Amino acid sequence: MDMNEIKEIFFQECEEQLAELESGLLKLNDGDRDPETVNAVFRAVHSIKGGAGAFGLDDLVSFAHVFETTLDCVRSNKLEPTPDVLKVMLKSADVLADLTNAARDGGSVDEARSRTLIRELEALAHGEAPAAAEAPAAKPVAAPHKAADPVMEKPPVNEEGFQPIPFSFGDFDEEPAAHYVPTCQVVFRPKKELYAKGNEAVLLLRDVSRIGEMSVYCDMDSLPPLDKMNPEEAYFSWKISVTTDKGEDGVRAVFEFAEWDCDLDIRTIEEDVAADAAEDEELPMQPVPFDLSMLDEAGPAADEEPAVESDAAAAVAAAETASKVAQAASRAAENAKAAASAAGAVQANQAGQTIRVDLDRVDRLINLVGELVINQAMLSQSVVENDNNGTSSINMGLEELQQLTREIQDSVMAIRAQPVKPVFQRMARTVREIADITGKSVRLITEGENTEVDKTVIDKLAEPLTHMIRNAVDHGLEMPEKREAAGKNPEGTVRLTAKHRSGRIVIELADDGAGINREKVRQKAIDNDLIAADANLSDEEIDNLIFHAGFSTADKVSDLSGRGVGMDVVKRSIQALGGRISISSKPGQGSVFTMSLPLTLAVLDGMVVTVAGQTLVVPLTAIVETLQPEASAIHSFGASQRLISIRNSFCPLVDVGRILNFRATQANPVEGVALLVESEGGGQRALMVDAIQGQRQVVIKSLEANYTHVPGIAAATILGDGRVALILDVDAVVAASRGQSLKQETSLAATG
Amino acid sequence: MTYAVKNLTHGRELIAFRIGDQEFCVNIMSVREIRGWTPATAMPHAPPYVLGVINLRGAVLPIVDLSLRLGMKPAEPTVRHVIIVAQVGAKVVGLLVDAVSDILTVTDGNIQPTPDIANEAEKAYARGILAIEGRMICLIELDALFSHVESEAA
Repeated sequence: MDMNEIKEIFFQECEEQLAELESGLLKLNDGDRDPETVNAVFRAVHSIKGGAGAFGLDDLVSFAHVFETTLDCVRSNKLEPTPDVLKVMLKSADVLADLTNAARDGGSVDEARSRTLIRELEALAHGEAPAAAEAPAAKPVAAPHKAADPVMEKPPVNEEGFQPIPFSFGDFDEEPAAHYVPTCQVVFRPKKELYAKGNEAVLLLRDVSRIGEMSVYCDMDSLPPLDKMNPEEAYFSWKISVTTDKGEDGVRAVFEFAEWDCDLDIRTIEEDVAADAAEDEELPMQPVPFDLSMLDEAGPAADEEPAVESDAAAAVAAAETASKVAQAASRAAENAKAAASAAGAVQANQAGQTIRVDLDRVDRLINLVGELVINQAMLSQSVVENDNNGTSSINMGLEELQQLTREIQDSVMAIRAQPVKPVFQRMARTVREIADITGKSVRLITEGENTEVDKTVIDKLAEPLTHMIRNAVDHGLEMPEKREAAGKNPEGTVRLTAKHRSGRIVIELADDGAGINREKVRQKAIDNDLIAADANLSDEEIDNLIFHAGFSTADKVSDLSGRGVGMDVVKRSIQALGGRISISSKPGQGSVFTMSLPLTLAVLDGMVVTVAGQTLVVPLTAIVETLQPEASAIHSFGASQRLISIRNSFCPLVDVGRILNFRATQANPVEGVALLVESEGGGQRALMVDAIQGQRQVVIKSLEANYTHVPGIAAATILGDGRVALILDVDAVVAASRGQSLKQETSLAATG
Repeated sequence: MTYAVKNLTHGRELIAFRIGDQEFCVNIMSVREIRGWTPATAMPHAPPYVLGVINLRGAVLPIVDLSLRLGMKPAEPTVRHVIIVAQVGAKVVGLLVDAVSDILTVTDGNIQPTPDIANEAEKAYARGILAIEGRMICLIELDALFSHVESEAA
């Protein structure tokens, strides 16, 4: 694994951390004061900083560091996470994301912006919480302090050679924040002479405990089994860590009288590195509560025995007591730790275990399963053809196989399914930015972020959704004063909802703005020659005019939206995904955009039909109803047009076979079946086909891979008999029926 | 089919096939496989020489009537016809021919230039002719034949 791969993993993790960061901040913004949330946010920034330090991404490190310092103030309750504070933090999260992207893809970030934010963050950390600056100082590491100062003057770029030093903020909470007290590490290994002279290890330990806070670990490794034990030998040694202002000399003074009869090693821990090393040791120093009363009981008991042998025995006993106390305490500490890690494990389990898999591999698997399904269908078809009684064991087995393949297909499809959460989170940022630029106050509420949909759909969803959100905030919502005047909450609300509905995902974007100004839209449409001046349109039709190309109602063209490329682009990209979009609007109450998208782009529910001897698949989502036309319902219109009357409304009849050039003359409608389809632009058409074979789920195969795009055909699929069937592009066929067949002519010329 | 690999130190291998009474050959490196004829699904608005598409183990493979593409009379596919699955650029196409006749190992010296009599259409794809055992075999450049496949994908 080379460095780039590792770096790539780091950036992938960064993305996750950033998502975590943002969701945590948003939770805080909603009034969540759970310390775990604050911790999660802190951890996210910290991990990014740590990783960035390892890769020498100094810009990222210095920004993350300042951010982290401020977050630490929140974590230690020195800074109240008010909405104002969180606003700065959310912006900082955005900048952090920018910096991460810049570090990955190159490019630059808005330095002025990050500089301002760093200043704001510093102000929060210093101004509102003066104690905060001392937090990093509590750690005997100079780096954060050094880092903070130059960063203030000249933020992300640092010419003073600031080297990010990886260190952990994790143990801040345990550190006394007031002033630094040196910690001595003592290894105390008594010899048997010590006990022989009537000295007592326990008493020495007690004395040590009196000069400062201490923790002790008894090393019993050299203790032999009972039968081999020499009662006069000293087997125990202690590792003591004591934090005292008397320093090394003070500790040494305690052992003054015993120095000659024991191995004593006293070191002052000065370097953080040393502390880290100590932590890494197999048996970490754990601050354990030392129950001195136990020692006091044991101590006098030992004193009462003048005899040397019994003294030694008592010393062993006392030492054992001492070590038991220590053990019990450390066991308790371990239990607590185990409980904590168990809690963590539970949390991890809730989040679910995940593995990273290359998307190509998943796609390959999906392709293979698609072929398996086709193969299975072919197999059962040939068995049915060759087996007349239909009760043979082969048939039974095939049915089970069919069940299994279907299940495999579903599970494989589920691999690609992802929650829409990341996209929704990106939208939160878009809302913030636009709200900032427009000076509007906006609240984004997201619902159903865990709704799952195919990854391709998610990837392609972000762009149209961003457009729509921009439109909603820029055009939809009014300025705060206007809202107040209208008796609304000055803070506008944009609600983004995702849900599953009948095998599709429905995404709704609702704002509580002014709604669509129909008079304005109508006038604009007339100005742009989209509709006739005297056209009589329903409210809904007027609303849908905004999806026309070159339509923008904003009075002034802003930076964000209003260049007239908005909604028609949105509509086209949604349709490219096999989805539909509609709008409903209430004046003064806002607009709701509803998008309905397929859950996956790999399979499609289709109706298999026959047209001029060819088998075609019509996407089921396009079909409104099917009907058998009667001769009396068919009306000729003009030279070649025919209309069909359906419940007293007339609908143009489109012969699919003629449009696709499968036959030279129009078929007799009475002999076929009409599929009533709804296409873009809201119009209905009756598509004439010869017969309906049935309805089935088909695997979509690209035609473009080995051929070219074929007008009127969306894609291909492989049917149960192993033959290729073409999937009809309903919108294109309808458009062709309106006379917009130019695309076909050029394409024909190109292929011919 | 025979996939006998001839031991050659120089020169190149070509697959020769028959269309009507003429013989053609293409570079063996562009040939993926050779399979029997299966009915193709017709494509709307396709040029006449595109017979349609077939299912090649899950992939959609367009079938080209090479006879018609080379300006000869359209083929009437039977079970005896074969499809040469060939790689053209990034795409894979199936070429309908009457039969595959031979695998040839030739050096560049064996290839004679295309005679002057050829008209522009034939010059476009013919890369030379080979005289082997009294037969005349025309070397075809597939990339030139299906250049539109590339350009249109863009």
